[in-house]
Amino acid sequence: MSKQKVMMGNHALSYGAVVSKVNVISAYPITPQTQVVELLSELCSNGALDSEFIKVESEHSAMAACIGASAVGARTFTATSAQGLALMHEMLHWAVGARTPVVMGNINRSMGPPWTIWSEQTDSLSQRDTGWLQIYASSNQEVYDSVPIAFKIAEHKKVQLPVMVVLDAFFLSHTSENVMMMDLDKAETYLPKYKPKHKLDVNEPYTFGALTTPEWYYELRYKIQKAHENAISVIEEAQSEFKDMFGREYGLVEEYKTADADTILVAISTAASTAKDTVDELREKGVKAGLLRLRFVRPFPFKKVREVLSSAKKILVLDRNLSPGIGGIIFQEIKSAMYNESNKAPIYGFIAGLGGRDITTETIHNIFEEAEKQDPKNIIWMEVKA
Amino acid sequence: MLEIRIHGRGGQGSVIASKILAYAFAKEGKFVQAFPEFGVERRGAPVAAFLRVADKPINSRSKIYKPGHLIVLEPTLIAAVDITQGLKPGGFIVINSKRSPEEFKEKAKDSTIATVDATEIALNNRLGSKAAPIVNTAILGAFAKLTGMVKIESVIEAIKEEVPIKPEENAQAAQQAFDKTII
Repeated sequence: MSKQKVMMGNHALSYGAVVSKVNVISAYPITPQTQVVELLSELCSNGALDSEFIKVESEHSAMAACIGASAVGARTFTATSAQGLALMHEMLHWAVGARTPVVMGNINRSMGPPWTIWSEQTDSLSQRDTGWLQIYASSNQEVYDSVPIAFKIAEHKKVQLPVMVVLDAFFLSHTSENVMMMDLDKAETYLPKYKPKHKLDVNEPYTFGALTTPEWYYELRYKIQKAHENAISVIEEAQSEFKDMFGREYGLVEEYKTADADTILVAISTAASTAKDTVDELREKGVKAGLLRLRFVRPFPFKKVREVLSSAKKILVLDRNLSPGIGGIIFQEIKSAMYNESNKAPIYGFIAGLGGRDITTETIHNIFEEAEKQDPKNIIWMEVKA
Repeated sequence: MLEIRIHGRGGQGSVIASKILAYAFAKEGKFVQAFPEFGVERRGAPVAAFLRVADKPINSRSKIYKPGHLIVLEPTLIAAVDITQGLKPGGFIVINSKRSPEEFKEKAKDSTIATVDATEIALNNRLGSKAAPIVNTAILGAFAKLTGMVKIESVIEAIKEEVPIKPEENAQAAQQAFDKTII
């Protein structure tokens, strides 16, 4: 019997780790992630969760501990945000190169300075070249469900890579929503105990991450790229099995009223959720609007994106992130995905909501309106104060 | 969709009130969202918490600027902040006060106002101290009475499940407030 709770996104992340029966947690608290760690350490100390909680002095050490634990065959979880994620940067590469299937929650927070705690996706998108798979959730139910799904993908022998489950600061982390909880036994059937092919074991010694000359390093990088490509079908299988067992359906992307849409907005995270209301309002006025939400940003769902956008007359991309000097990151990726396609519809890039500024249905209405007057060659900034 | 704003002072439990009320609605099959002001709160300073309730999944994940209804945990706030800012006409306002609803009428002429002495009810149930009574559960009983949007039974169940300290006393406070609310 599944039970309904009303919980904040941070606790949905913690309970996602609980239902995944993680063996080792190592994390360092940082606003707005703190409740994730608080709840997990409480559940470890009161015996409700049979996991080892390793306390550390920094996020760099937290990820190092996770990599070590994963290398000995433990299912391993951590969570962080913004500056904490940036401090992990070296270890994020390490987790990928060592092929350790760590799952990490990241609460999207803008990078300081100036000091800030509010939502923006630049922290996690800055890490997209490390090789971590990235899931961007748009509800607390999706946060909760994505943790066991992430482990199933990460630990799959065709993937063997770490996965980040990403959620917006405050809009999800501190917002309480309905969450249907999984039955623990059923969850264990979905995600059985982790059995790595190779692990650190004194009785059967292996070396992880030893010096590798140009003769073989190249091939190991090739295999990581192949693992990302393989991950597409692994994700589809993992999510289809999830739907069969728990009734909730997730795709590589989420399509909302795109089938006959002339103008399709591409977005991630909670801004994409809010955009559904705008799409509904525009539809009522006879505007053929649609929404494409990228749930996975890595691996990049090229095939799905191209399919959904194949007959759009205008493509709008909303970025709550900024790569200074070039603009929105998702905008660049959508343009690169569409470059060799036959659909040459203009692609407009919009920046909104940096530093946690609210993105309302009105903001998104304005985006649809601006697209009628703007040149797609420009970066279009919404609601900039003079 | 219902949009509710709760006014209190930091430390009074406005955020917990929003979560308990959300859970009570969820028990009746509603979709809910409860959230604090996004940022850092200080004890004693005016704070707000928010709640959305709907019959279908809620897409909007932006803040609430035009609430339909208000819950006021602390009567001194009425002089300190503009509690009716953005308030839509025709809604409900429940205020923790010894005074009669008529005395607040000029604040919101189009709203239906109810008052309840949640402070006294909290103290009678030994919730908090005289200097800092915990009124967040009592006021929810009054909200159920005033609006009829949620059953008092659901509120009490939610309190018993969600309040870690003195759940029975808190549940009793909600019931007593429900019985004593003046509309």
